[in-house]
Amino acid sequence: MSAPGFTSLKTSLDHSLNSTPNGGAAPPYQNGPGGQTYPSTYPLTGYYGAGPQQQGDPTIPGHCAPAPQKAPITNNDHSAYCHQQPLQPNAAPTVAPSAYGATQGSHPPSLPYGTPTTLPTSAAPPNTQHAPSFQQPAPYAQPGAYYGQQQYPTSQTQHHPQQPNLVLAHPTSPGAPLYPIVSYPSVPGSSQYGTLRSSQAPTGPAAVPNLMGAPLHQYAAGNDTNHPASTAAVPPGYSMAPLGQPATVNGQGNAVQAPVLQHYDQSHQAPMTHDHYGGGVTHNTGGADRDIPPLGIPSTSVHSSPGHQQGMHYGYLANSGASSANAAANVAPSSSSSDEDEEEEDEEAGGDSSSTTTGSASPVPNSYDSLEGGSYPEFSNPPSADMPKQPVYQQRPVSRVDSSPSHGGYNQTGYQHLPQPFPNMSQLSAALGGLSGVPELEVEALRPVNLLQERNLLPHRPLDAPEPNLSADLKKANCSPDTFRCTLTNIPQTQALLNKARLPLGLLLHPFRDLAQLPVITSNIIVRCRSCRTYINPFVSFLDQRRWKCNLCYRVNDVPDEFMYNPVTRSYGEPHKRPEVQNSTVEFIASSDYMLRPPQPAVYLFVLDVSHNAVEGGYLNVFCHTLLENLDKMPGDTRTRVGFITFNSTIHFYNLQESLSQPQMLVVSDIDDLFIPTHDSLLVNLKESRALVRVLLTSLHSMFSQTRETHSALGPALQAAYKLMSPTGGRVSVFQTQLPTLGAGLLQSREDPNQRSSTKGVQHLGPATDFYKKLALDCSGQQIGVDLFLLSSQYSDLASLACMSKFSAGSIFYYPSLHHVHNPAQLDKFQKDLERYLTRKIGFEAVMRIRCTKGLSIHTFHGNFFVRSTDLLSLANINPDSGFAVQMSIEESLADTALACFQSALLYTSSKGKRRIRVHTLCLPVVSQLSDVYAGADVQAITCLLANMAIDRSISSSLSDARDALVNAVVDSLSAYKNTVSNIQQSGLIAPAALCLFPLYVLALLKQKALRLGTSTKLDERVFAMCEFKSQPLQQIMRAVHPDLYRLDTMSNQGALHLNDCIVPQPHLLHLTAEKLTREGAFLMDCGSVFYLWIGKCCNDVFIRDVLGCPNHASIPPNMTQIPELETPLSERLRALLVWLQDSRTFSSTLHVVKDDATAKTSFFQHLVEDRSESALSYYEFLLHIQQQMSK
Amino acid sequence: MFTFAAFCYMLSLVLCASLIFFAIWHITAFDELQADFKVPIDQGNPLHALVLPEYSIHGLFCIMFLCAQEWLTVGLNIPLFFYNTWSRYFHSPTDTKELLYDPASVMNGDTLKFCQKEAWCKMSFFVLSFFYYLYCVYWTGPSSSIWSTPW
Repeated sequence: MSAPGFTSLKTSLDHSLNSTPNGGAAPPYQNGPGGQTYPSTYPLTGYYGAGPQQQGDPTIPGHCAPAPQKAPITNNDHSAYCHQQPLQPNAAPTVAPSAYGATQGSHPPSLPYGTPTTLPTSAAPPNTQHAPSFQQPAPYAQPGAYYGQQQYPTSQTQHHPQQPNLVLAHPTSPGAPLYPIVSYPSVPGSSQYGTLRSSQAPTGPAAVPNLMGAPLHQYAAGNDTNHPASTAAVPPGYSMAPLGQPATVNGQGNAVQAPVLQHYDQSHQAPMTHDHYGGGVTHNTGGADRDIPPLGIPSTSVHSSPGHQQGMHYGYLANSGASSANAAANVAPSSSSSDEDEEEEDEEAGGDSSSTTTGSASPVPNSYDSLEGGSYPEFSNPPSADMPKQPVYQQRPVSRVDSSPSHGGYNQTGYQHLPQPFPNMSQLSAALGGLSGVPELEVEALRPVNLLQERNLLPHRPLDAPEPNLSADLKKANCSPDTFRCTLTNIPQTQALLNKARLPLGLLLHPFRDLAQLPVITSNIIVRCRSCRTYINPFVSFLDQRRWKCNLCYRVNDVPDEFMYNPVTRSYGEPHKRPEVQNSTVEFIASSDYMLRPPQPAVYLFVLDVSHNAVEGGYLNVFCHTLLENLDKMPGDTRTRVGFITFNSTIHFYNLQESLSQPQMLVVSDIDDLFIPTHDSLLVNLKESRALVRVLLTSLHSMFSQTRETHSALGPALQAAYKLMSPTGGRVSVFQTQLPTLGAGLLQSREDPNQRSSTKGVQHLGPATDFYKKLALDCSGQQIGVDLFLLSSQYSDLASLACMSKFSAGSIFYYPSLHHVHNPAQLDKFQKDLERYLTRKIGFEAVMRIRCTKGLSIHTFHGNFFVRSTDLLSLANINPDSGFAVQMSIEESLADTALACFQSALLYTSSKGKRRIRVHTLCLPVVSQLSDVYAGADVQAITCLLANMAIDRSISSSLSDARDALVNAVVDSLSAYKNTVSNIQQSGLIAPAALCLFPLYVLALLKQKALRLGTSTKLDERVFAMCEFKSQPLQQIMRAVHPDLYRLDTMSNQGALHLNDCIVPQPHLLHLTAEKLTREGAFLMDCGSVFYLWIGKCCNDVFIRDVLGCPNHASIPPNMTQIPELETPLSERLRALLVWLQDSRTFSSTLHVVKDDATAKTSFFQHLVEDRSESALSYYEFLLHIQQQMSK
Repeated sequence: MFTFAAFCYMLSLVLCASLIFFAIWHITAFDELQADFKVPIDQGNPLHALVLPEYSIHGLFCIMFLCAQEWLTVGLNIPLFFYNTWSRYFHSPTDTKELLYDPASVMNGDTLKFCQKEAWCKMSFFVLSFFYYLYCVYWTGPSSSIWSTPW
C-alpha cells in the first residue's frame, strides 16, 4: 500500500514547494553536503511520519495537495494546541535540568518559568498548560543556543517525576533543583522499557506524559551522567549560562515565554512547507501509523481529533520531524512542536551546527556527545573500536522507576549502594514507596545461599529481570526485558566456559507485544550492515561522521547521506542522534524492497464446528454475539475481508456477496474430493457486505439449533479453508468441539483414561497423523495462519490437532468442558478471550530473523512458527501474545569483544496493509569469569527455556526423561557452582543468590500439568499446557509455573501504589506452601489465567462481609466467580489490586472464590508447589534429593 | 571366468556411482538450507524423491552380495542397511513414510548438523566402497586372469 510511486511524486512536489521558504529562511542548508541537500534532507523530513493515528487515506492521493495551502494556520494552531497537553508536564517541574539552563542562559532568569508549584498537578487546567507549552519552543528559537537540542529533551523529561500516576513523587521534585538530573536516569529506564501499558493509563491526558516523555529520557539521562564533562568541554558559545545552576535553570524556563511567540511567528512563515510535507507524509505514513498504538491508548486520543486538520497536523508533526525522532509515534506531538523549533533554530544557526558536527574529532563534539547523553562515548575517542569495552563495567546499574504492575515491586534495599552523584535517589525511592529498586549488585548476586537453611527466599514483590552489567548509557538504550531476555545476562566468552557453568544459553522473545510507545521511522533508506544485514541500532559504533561499525559482524559501513540528516534535531551531520540509533526498539515502514508481493489485506476466515455437540455446548451463540459486537473493532482497513465456513459431516460455505439480500448457504457433501463452489464471493469485503455478515451471524445459531449431526469433518473443512485462503493468505480461526471423525485427518481416541496418573510415562504426546502438520506447512507457505479453539469436553487429540497451529504460527486455545449451562464461568472466559483475540493487533505474512554477534549461533527455536532457515522464522500471522525462545551456542570465542548483541527483526504486513519492520536489539556484556556468568544468571529466563527444552524432550524421548533432565539441570549447575566458584566448605546446598530460586522453579515445573507424573492429568490438558509453555511470553509462563500468593485480609497501605486516585496495595509475596495459609486469613493466588481467592474457615466476618458481601463464611456461595462491587474500603482496595494485576496481562483472568472446605480447593492446593503431594516431593525433600545427587 | 559375483560387483560399481551422486546431492541440499538459499519445504521434496531410491539401491546391494555369497562385502554393507531401514525409515521423524526429512524440524541446528554429517559419512562410505568394488571386480572379474598374468 505504500505506493512508492506516489511517494516519490509527493516528495518532488515537496521540494519545489519548499524550496522557497527554506532557501530564504534557512541558510544552514547550504552547509549541508553540496547539492544533495535538498533531495536528501527534505524527503527525509517528510517521511518521518511519526504522528500516531494519522488520518492516512491512501486511496485519495490528490486530496492532500490542496489542503496544505489553507491549512497552515489552523494547522499550526491545532498543533500548538495539541502539543500543549503533552508539554504541560514539562513545564510543571520547576527543576529545569542544568543543560536547559546552559542553553538559555541569555534569557533573563527572572521569568516565571519557575512557577512549577502551580503547575505540577496533572489536573492543571488547559489554560495553564498553554503557558508551558509555549515556553518550550522558545529556547530553540534562539539561534545561538545550539544546545537547544539537548535542552529540549531534558525539559521534556522533567515532567516525569510529575507523572500523574506516581503521585508520591511530587513532593520531592520541586524541592531540589538538581533532582531532575538524578531522577531522569531512573525514569528513562521505565519508559524505555515500555512498561506503561495502554490499559494502565485510563485517563487520557494523564497518561500522555508518560508516553510522551519516555523516549526523550535518554537524552536527559545522558546529560545527567556526563554532565560535568560536558560543561567543561562546552565551547564558549554554548555555555551561555553556568550549567547546573538552579537560578539560571528556572530563569531560563521563564525566559522562554517571550521567545515563544516569536518562534511561532517563524513557524508561520514556513507553515506551508511543513504542512505540505505533512500532507504528503500523511498519505504515506498515516494509515500505517494508525495502528501503532495498541488499541485504546490514551495518548493517541490526543492526536485523534478528526478531520483534515488532523491529517495535516500529523503531517506537520511528521515533518517537523519530530517524532521519529524521539520516537514513539504516540509520543510525537509534544516533541514535534519543539523539534520544529529546533529545526528552525538550526537553520538559522546552521553555520554553527554544521561546523560542530563536522569537526567531530575535536573536543567539542565530544562534550556535545556526552551532553547529549550519547551512547557513543567512543565518538570522542579515535580508537573507537575499543570503546565498547570501556563502558561495560563502569557504572552501577541505575534504578528504574516504573509504574507498571509487572515491575511494580523492587526491593528497596539496594539504595544505599547508589553512587553519590545521585544524592536524592534514596529520597525518591522512599517517596515512591515500593516502586523502585536497584538491581542486585554483582556481589549480591553471587552471595552464597544455603538453600537448606534459608527458608524465605522469595522477594517481597515479584521477581524482576536482572539488569545486565553495562554502563548506564548502554543500559538506558537497551531493550526492555519484557521484550527480549537472555538466560545469562553475562555472556560467557567461550563454549567451554558455558559448559562449565552448566546453564542453558538462550533468548526469550516477545517481539510483537503491545507497546505503549514505539518509535516509528519512515525513511527512504533503512540503514543496514552491508554484510550481515543488521539494522543500525544503538550499539553500533560510529568511527567518524561517515562510517559506522556493525556491532554484530564488525564490518565498517558507510553512513548514507540521507542518514546524516537528523530529524530529531533537524540538523545535518548527526547520524548518531537519529532515532534508530537512540532506541533499541524501533519500527520501520518498509519500502517495496521488503515485499515479495503487494501487502495483503487483512483476511479473516472462521471455520466453525456446527455439529450437535458444538451447538449444544452453546459456544456458537457466544461466538456469533462476540463477533457481532467486535466486527468493527477487528484490525483492518477498507480492504478487510471475512468469510465463514461451517462443518459437521458436510462443509457449508456462505455466499455473502453484497448484491444478495440474504446470505446464501452452499453445502458441499463430497468431503473426499472437496471443491470450492464459488471463488469470488465466499471471502467478502467486510465493509461492503457488513449487513450480510450481520444477518449471517444473527441467524447462524438458529440455523443449526436442531441439528442431529454428530460427525465432524474437520480435515476437509481445513482443506477448504486452505483453498479459499491461499490466494491471499490471512488468518483462519478454527473452532472445534470434538474428535474429527470424517474425511482426511480423522483421528481415533488414543487416550487410555487408566493411564492418566501413570508414573511410568505418558504416551501419545506426539501427533497421530501428519495431516495437520502438512496442512500447516502448506498454509505457512501461503501465509495462512491457523488458530485453533478447542472447546471439547472429551478427548480430542489435541496433540495432533495442535500441529495445525504450531507450524503455521497460530495460537491454540483450549476450553475444556465449555458449556453454557454447566460451566458458565468457562463460557465467560471464552467470550472475553475471544474478544481479545478478535481485537488484538495482528501482523500478516511475517518473517522474523534473529541475528547474533559473530561467534554466537542459534541452534534451536521454540514457539509456533516454521523455521525457514538457520535464523529465519516464517510466521504466517504474528500476534501480540506469542512468545518465542531460542537456544544458542558459542561457536567462536568472544574474547575480542566486550559486548554481545542480539537483534530480532520482525518484518510483517500490518492490518492496514503497510509493510513494517520491528527491530529489537539487546546488548549484553561478555565475561571471562565463571563467577560472572553465575552472577548474571536470569533464573526466570532459565526456567522458561528449560521448560521448552523439557517439552521437546518429552515428545522426542519420554516424559520421565525430560523430568530427569530438569533435575539434572539443577544438580549440574549447582555442583558446578560449588566446585568452581564458591570456596565455602559447608555441608549445605549452596547456590548463588542469583540462582537461589532455581530449584524452587524447577520443582514447580515438575509439578506443572505439562510435566507432572503420577497425578491424574487428562492428555489434552497436558498437551495444551505444553503448547502454552512453547508459545507464551515469559511473564505468563512464570505466573503459571510459580503463582504469586498474597495475603489479603491483613494487607496495609504500606508501600501501596497510587495510580490515578486509586490506591493499589502491594501485599508481600508468600511462599507457595500450606504453611503460609491460616484459617483466619484470606489469600489471593495469581496463576496467570486464573485468580484464586481462598477464604479460610475462620476468616474474619468483617472481611467476608466487606469484600464478598456475605454475612459469614458459611453463606459464601460455592461457585462464586466475581467480587461484588461494594463501597467498602477493603473491597475497593482488593478490586484495585485485581484490576492492577489484570492490567499487566492481555487476556482476562477468571476469579474463583475457594472456600476452605469446598471441593474446588484441590485446584487451589495443586498450585502450592512447595508442599508434598501424593506423587511429588516437597521443596525440602527436593533439595535433599538434589544434594544427594550432587554428592554422587 | 565371468562369475555371478563379478557381475554383482560390476553392477554395484555403476550403482555405487549413482549413490555417490545422491550423497553429493544431499550434501549440497543441506548446505543450501544452511546458507538460506532454499526453504525447507521446497528443498524437502526432491530430497524425499531421492531417499527411497537410495535406500532401495543399497538394499539391492546387500541382497545381491548375499546371493553371491560375498560375505565380507555383505558384512561391510549390513550396518548401513540396518541403519537405513531401522533408524531412518521406521523411526523417521514423520509418521507417513514419505517425509524422511521433516521440514518443520530439519532447520533446528542439531538436526541440520546431523543430516549434514550423515550425508558426508554416506558419501565417504560410498566412495570407499566404490574403490572396494573396483578392486573386487579386478579380482573376481572375467579379465582378472588376463590382467594378473605378468608380462
